[in-house]
Amino acid sequence: MTTRGFTGRGQSPEIKDRVPPGQSLTEDFPVLSAGPTPRVLTEDWKFTLKVGPKPVISWNWDEFNALPQTKLTRDIHCVTAWSKLDTHWQGVLIDDILAEANLEPPTDFLLAHGYDGYTTNVPVKDLTGGRAMIATSYDGKPLTADHGGPARLLVPHLYFWKSAKWINGLQFTARDEPGFWELRGYHIYGDPWREQRYTGD
Amino acid sequence: MQDQSANARVEWQTATITGVVRQTARVSSFFFAPSVPFVYTAGQHVDVRLSAPDGYQTQRSYSIASTPDSGATIELAIERLDDGEVSTFFHDVAQIGDEIELRGPIGGHFIWTVADGGPILLVGGGSGVVPLVSMLRHRKARNSTIPALLLYSARSWDELIFRDELLALAESENNFDLALALTRDPVARANHYTRRIDAFIVTETLARLPAPPKQTFVCGSNAFVTTAADALVAAGIPAGSIRVERYGV
Repeated sequence: MTTRGFTGRGQSPEIKDRVPPGQSLTEDFPVLSAGPTPRVLTEDWKFTLKVGPKPVISWNWDEFNALPQTKLTRDIHCVTAWSKLDTHWQGVLIDDILAEANLEPPTDFLLAHGYDGYTTNVPVKDLTGGRAMIATSYDGKPLTADHGGPARLLVPHLYFWKSAKWINGLQFTARDEPGFWELRGYHIYGDPWREQRYTGD
Repeated sequence: MQDQSANARVEWQTATITGVVRQTARVSSFFFAPSVPFVYTAGQHVDVRLSAPDGYQTQRSYSIASTPDSGATIELAIERLDDGEVSTFFHDVAQIGDEIELRGPIGGHFIWTVADGGPILLVGGGSGVVPLVSMLRHRKARNSTIPALLLYSARSWDELIFRDELLALAESENNFDLALALTRDPVARANHYTRRIDAFIVTETLARLPAPPKQTFVCGSNAFVTTAADALVAAGIPAGSIRVERYGV
């Protein structure tokens, strides 16, 4: 349906192709979270890769930052309907983490864990092949706490709640286990181009 | 009424604007009659979608101000943002009788019912008070005596959304307490503050509750929520009992 009296703001065609349905561009970088911002010191930071309940390998901050570094420039899309183009990130690709751990993915699903107890599920194929990283830097600077620092997951082709803030681990799971928002009405996969915002979309 | 089962999609539907009530210079309440009435929980929101003749669409999330106890009508208190695409449409164009696309209810985290118990501490900045008002209206509709305290910050006395309703509620009930923090209003009022919220205000406010809050809900701008949530954690409130919702930037 057309909304009476609504014309909207024009969008240039080249931008239009980069903004998923229902999204609006922002120049800012809005902050969203479910609870207070955890303040994690890099000297206390640890990242653990698990298969089911079993830890496979852990890195402290210095060890993690010694892993191969990659820069990504990507458009990001939040389920609250803002998109931001050409955001600059640096960190460690999930591919490089798995290679360093000498681990072939034992299952098809991963659950990301944050220091605040947050979880979110992402299929392995969406985190590998250069599509995702553990980001430690945004726009050339260390990632700030409100944006998920010291380190967050970056999986830019899915709605941004999948890019778990304050990450401290990735866990292979036998099945696709719904995470925090996925258990609270949000879509299990979250593809912005198919507008998978909420359960069943 | 349409109930939300676990895996059902929340469908878009049309809702008719049945009323518009000015709350402050920048905030008006818009009342919607959904074509498919739905059950919701205090604290939830709806998505509103506007469509232009050329096919362009844009959507926003708005917290519900009404209580589910008051029937199917949905009240949204919308603040006019001068550079806003959707809020200016509502304030400048929308009229009673217009059909608007919306869907809801949405959100399963920033919610409270009397069954969840208390005490509850509600901390709102500006239009962030809206979902907290829904919780207080629900509490009142259920004749609940669960201790509740609202710490509400706004620029001035005249920019307090739902001010008279909240003052009357604080007047009539022993177990609801209201603490205001007005940042640009020099008039001193008993039990209220004339500055931005800070750790000291949060600590004093906590002491006005009969027991530590079982749950705390904080809603407002990012800066407001960060200040309030950090102060609550510093005051010893467990982070896991604090739920936040951040508006915009």
